[in-house]
Amino acid sequence: MDILMFLAPFSLGLGLMAVAAFWWTLRRGQYEDPAGDAARILVDDPEDRPLA
Amino acid sequence: MAVTYDAPSGDLGAFLKRRDDGGASLDLLVPDARCAGCMGKIEREVATVPGVRLARLNLTTKRLSVEFAQGGAADPGAVMATLGKLGYRATPYDPSAAADAHDREGRALILAIAVAGFGVMNTMMFSVPLWAGLFGQELGPATRTVMMWFSGVVGAPCALYAGMPFFRSAWRSLKARRANMDVPISIGVLLTLVVSFSETVLGGRDAYFDAAVSLLFLLLIGRWLEHRLRARASSAAADLLALQSPTATLVGEGDALTVAPVSQVRPGDVLLVRPGERLPVDGRVVDGASELDNSLLTGETAPVAVGAGEVCRAGALNLSGLLRLRAEARSEDSALAAIARLVELGAQSKSRYVQLADKAAAIYVPVVHTVALLTFAGGWFIGLGPREALIRAAAVLIVTCPCALGLAVPAVQITASARLFRRGVLVKSGAALERLAEVDHVVFDKTGVLTEGRPRLRDTCPAALAMAAPLARASRHPLAHALAEAAGEGPLAVDVVEHAGLGVEGVIDGRRARLGRAGFLGVESHGSETELWFGFDGDLRVRFTFADAMRPDAARVVAALRKRGLGVEVLSGDLEGPVARVAELAGVDAWQARRTPQEKAARIDALRAEGKRVLMVGDGLNDAGALAKAHAAIAPGTALEASQNAADLVFSGEVLAPVVEALDVARDARARALENFGFAALYNLVAAPAAMLGFVNPFVAAIAMSGSSLVVTLNALRTGAREWTS
Repeated sequence: MDILMFLAPFSLGLGLMAVAAFWWTLRRGQYEDPAGDAARILVDDPEDRPLA
Repeated sequence: MAVTYDAPSGDLGAFLKRRDDGGASLDLLVPDARCAGCMGKIEREVATVPGVRLARLNLTTKRLSVEFAQGGAADPGAVMATLGKLGYRATPYDPSAAADAHDREGRALILAIAVAGFGVMNTMMFSVPLWAGLFGQELGPATRTVMMWFSGVVGAPCALYAGMPFFRSAWRSLKARRANMDVPISIGVLLTLVVSFSETVLGGRDAYFDAAVSLLFLLLIGRWLEHRLRARASSAAADLLALQSPTATLVGEGDALTVAPVSQVRPGDVLLVRPGERLPVDGRVVDGASELDNSLLTGETAPVAVGAGEVCRAGALNLSGLLRLRAEARSEDSALAAIARLVELGAQSKSRYVQLADKAAAIYVPVVHTVALLTFAGGWFIGLGPREALIRAAAVLIVTCPCALGLAVPAVQITASARLFRRGVLVKSGAALERLAEVDHVVFDKTGVLTEGRPRLRDTCPAALAMAAPLARASRHPLAHALAEAAGEGPLAVDVVEHAGLGVEGVIDGRRARLGRAGFLGVESHGSETELWFGFDGDLRVRFTFADAMRPDAARVVAALRKRGLGVEVLSGDLEGPVARVAELAGVDAWQARRTPQEKAARIDALRAEGKRVLMVGDGLNDAGALAKAHAAIAPGTALEASQNAADLVFSGEVLAPVVEALDVARDARARALENFGFAALYNLVAAPAAMLGFVNPFVAAIAMSGSSLVVTLNALRTGAREWTS
């Protein structure tokens, strides 16, 4: 049962990492424009255009 | 009434937001951007405008944010011109601080959901062995206590964090000496946590940490749906308002033109109003002559001629000539004050409306708390001991917790409003849908509601039409535009000169011709109809008459409303003749003409005194009072700002069918919500006695709670699935 003392905090750590990752995506505004993000993959990068 | 919006050519500097680093940014609303192609094109082209550092389009909210490089010349006009060349309308957008605060609330809710989700998954990890122990599997008391400690250490902080929105709201309502739905939720969660901890410490059998967190998780989803409904409605309403000429053109020293937000106009400022623009504030004409369309203000469709020295009202549409106005009031206190008071009165009566969920809560809260208290007292009394009695009381609170009310009603409302949104109807709040479902009498305004609110050419001789068309095509006047529309494509007159407030003059096939008011062609006006005269120099004069065309499906909509058992009447500010004609075409017997805004509102009050629940459909400023006083109100998207604010729902498009669709969906939503309450009541009738008798353990509670939430949510998704076919 001693293994529990290691596995339980370990799995909690993994869970917390997921929450932290979600919090990061939220802060980065990744849910602000779902329609645009879906469409943006179809658009060529603006860097591809010749330098003006 | 279609508001044509000409991109202001003047200075748009008022909408530039200066950044600390010396750069500036500009927000534009581009409502027609729909696809990846639009987005790529817009971002690419706008980025090539000199001075622009970055252009990014949010395809979900249709907002283009343009950042200007620091030190460079920031020219919003060039950006607007570029968009115009690409074929997109753009409007400067002034995102208010309120919208930002709203978004912060939404993010806090999402984060609370994430924390609750983490809590649910990780307490479940420790709950599963505990549940297994409940069914006779081997689990020593020491291991069980360890598992309970783990689940408490993870679950309790998550529950306390995720519960904050509920605890805060409950505290606010308790301070106001009322009990809303968040009071039993908060008491239930806190009591459960306390009981679970004491059981863990005492080495007991039942800990409900997982139930407390999963309850909050489900309720937070409902809370977030509600929030999204509000946020989307308010942002869509803000978009509509942004499209309605948010600027005024100020004439400064030496005739320099500057464009300023309407809110910055002060009495005494001189304004320029071009043909096709709405008057931003009340004012007196300094110079220029034109005709004004006051239909949104008075309901009368016939244009009114104005000249220097005359007073005109905000909201009137300038039809033909350039006008210079001296502002006599700020936009907040234009002649609208009296109507604004009516609207405020109506809004107060609406805020007293009690929503279904609150009605249910008023019954639910005392019943559940009495039952829990009785369980505790009764259990102790029959000799269970205070500890077992408290566990059972907590179990009662947990299993009866109001998922159906917290989750199902928002789910129904968001499904209903999403379906309506796809059909071009904007729902401002969930309460609006509930009020709409109760309506049994419909009052229509005439102009712009039953009719299209813009002139159409009446039957005429095709030969005369073909003669006048070349001149009509060259003019910007709405009547000429209607004439050109009737004539179709064709040649244009040359040497065209517009005479403001009079008409247009030009050369067709070498002959000089005039199109305009009767006086412009030297003839006497006939009758009261809206008319336009045409004639070649020294030749016969031809008269064209115009009428406001009916919306194509007005009669069918009236019939459909009748079929649903609703009374229908027309209340208009226009003259008897046109009102009677429109009422007859729409199939309405009850109509009243020449109503002032106050009389309209009074009529709504009278109907309400008769016990009727009235739906008002109107667009004009003269309807705003009635819209606010009615039980529910719908305005077309072309209505004035004040009317849209007073209405609960706003629909767009050429047809009136959305009124029936909205009514159907609202009634459907009400039925679903009632079904959900019925289900919740049935569920509690079974669950509460089971909990009182001690049959509920943490496993049963978890299954029962998520099961009931799933059922009510799936039921909510059925809302408004039926299509209304005309």
